[in-house]
Amino acid sequence: MRNLDQQLVWAFAGVLGLLALSSLVGLILKAAIRKPEAQATIRNLNARIGAWWIMSAIFGLTLVIGAIGSLVLFALMSLLALREYVTLLPTRRADHRTLFWAFFIFTPLQYVLIGIQWYGMFAILIPVYAFLFVPTRLAIAGDTESFLERASAIQWGLMICVYCLSYTPALLMLRIPNYGRPAKLMLYLVLVDQLSDVLQYVWGKLLGRHKIAPVVSPNKTWEGFVGGVLCATAIGTALWWMTPFTPLVAAAVSLTITLMGFAGGLTMSAIKRDRGVKDYGTLIKGHGGILDRMDSMCFAAPVFFHIVRYFYVP
Amino acid sequence: MRLPLLAGMIAGAARLISGVNVRWADSMPDPKQTIYYANHSSHLDFVVLWSSLPAEVRVRTRPVAALDYWSRGLRRALAVNIFRAVLVARRQPDHESSSPVDPREAIDHMLEAMGDDNSLILFPEGTRGTGEEVAPFKSGIYYLCERKPGLRLVPAFLNNLNRILPKGEFLPVPFISRLTFGPPIFLQSGEPKAAFLERARDALCRLRDL
Repeated sequence: MRNLDQQLVWAFAGVLGLLALSSLVGLILKAAIRKPEAQATIRNLNARIGAWWIMSAIFGLTLVIGAIGSLVLFALMSLLALREYVTLLPTRRADHRTLFWAFFIFTPLQYVLIGIQWYGMFAILIPVYAFLFVPTRLAIAGDTESFLERASAIQWGLMICVYCLSYTPALLMLRIPNYGRPAKLMLYLVLVDQLSDVLQYVWGKLLGRHKIAPVVSPNKTWEGFVGGVLCATAIGTALWWMTPFTPLVAAAVSLTITLMGFAGGLTMSAIKRDRGVKDYGTLIKGHGGILDRMDSMCFAAPVFFHIVRYFYVP
Repeated sequence: MRLPLLAGMIAGAARLISGVNVRWADSMPDPKQTIYYANHSSHLDFVVLWSSLPAEVRVRTRPVAALDYWSRGLRRALAVNIFRAVLVARRQPDHESSSPVDPREAIDHMLEAMGDDNSLILFPEGTRGTGEEVAPFKSGIYYLCERKPGLRLVPAFLNNLNRILPKGEFLPVPFISRLTFGPPIFLQSGEPKAAFLERARDALCRLRDL
């Protein structure tokens, strides 16, 4: 329990309260709405809320365990995300051993580097060393068919699913003067980012009319985007007390998180459309796969990390 | 020696590595005596298929494996003791003349292993392929049906196992795989061997993109 400070406990209690409220709303909607076409949406909504309880419980548990818990959780999520991603790639037989390196050498190593707080290597392992290793290993395997596409796609998967996602627990490396444990900062990022997703979904379902990118992501609407981004930014501003930011800075940072999150969702949707699938996986009931849930985190986490590191770490 | 606990753990590990997504297309799991037949591209095929069956079906389902490959050392310990594999001799493509194998003997052996209530898992291609094409079927499943009238054959298509552990590799890469069971087929009376084998193969290949 030594990892927990008062503010972290308050913030997490807020999450549980929000979940309880959502479950209540879900039950009321289920009882009140009889239209068959709306019922499918409500069933999906309730499945999503159920999954949120489980995800929050797992995340809460890792916060209690401490840094090791968060590192193991995010390392597993990286592995699962990378698995969902490579399953969609038209990989060839010659990619096998390169992929083995990606899964079982580079991914664990990236999280070990966070564990031993070696920031310099953490920041370049995948952008430099994996970037040079992957095409070399593929060249040794000797299959030149679509060589550039295969090398690029593997590197891109490592960047998104491992490198970018690992920036979330990497926040634990930061030593911010007069701030206390950076676990709070990780919770803050996850909260603002995920609430932005949820609120964009809710506003989209309630008022959504005008599609932003009908080809890429048919469910994203201007109404959902504006409503979700504004509400999540407001919540992020109201939570300024758990960050090293002033309220004004908290607003700017939250807005950045939500916009990056939107960029992530859009980009990862474009890949799904390219590969002709609706979801990356089926692991999280009602949501799809890990990548469907974490797409926004992959884009928001690195930017958030570097803002905090640049302005708040001496 | 039977090791059900170890078998259960191996089944769990296989499901974890293969991330298998199991579907029963127009069909239901049924504990009735059945031959499950699947496409073959990886050493993991059998374990994944076996671990995807409901527990009450699984305890009575045995794999059929090649005697020449699985009869030595650790492989044998795994195959025979843990999964109760039925080891049958197959014709060696490269030793056609040196080791003549009587197919009837293999059929007798399988029928004996089935008894009245055991099910079998069979790979009628006879060997592992690259995963792109399903090779023509060997005759074994036809003779089994001929000798045991009314026998259910359930096709099961395995997607992506060739990507997880292809032939010639010993370290797996985790892809998400998919296993699709189809409705049972039966040998019709008087159906010629070639036609039946072709029909069984079609019933399996249909599941590929379902």
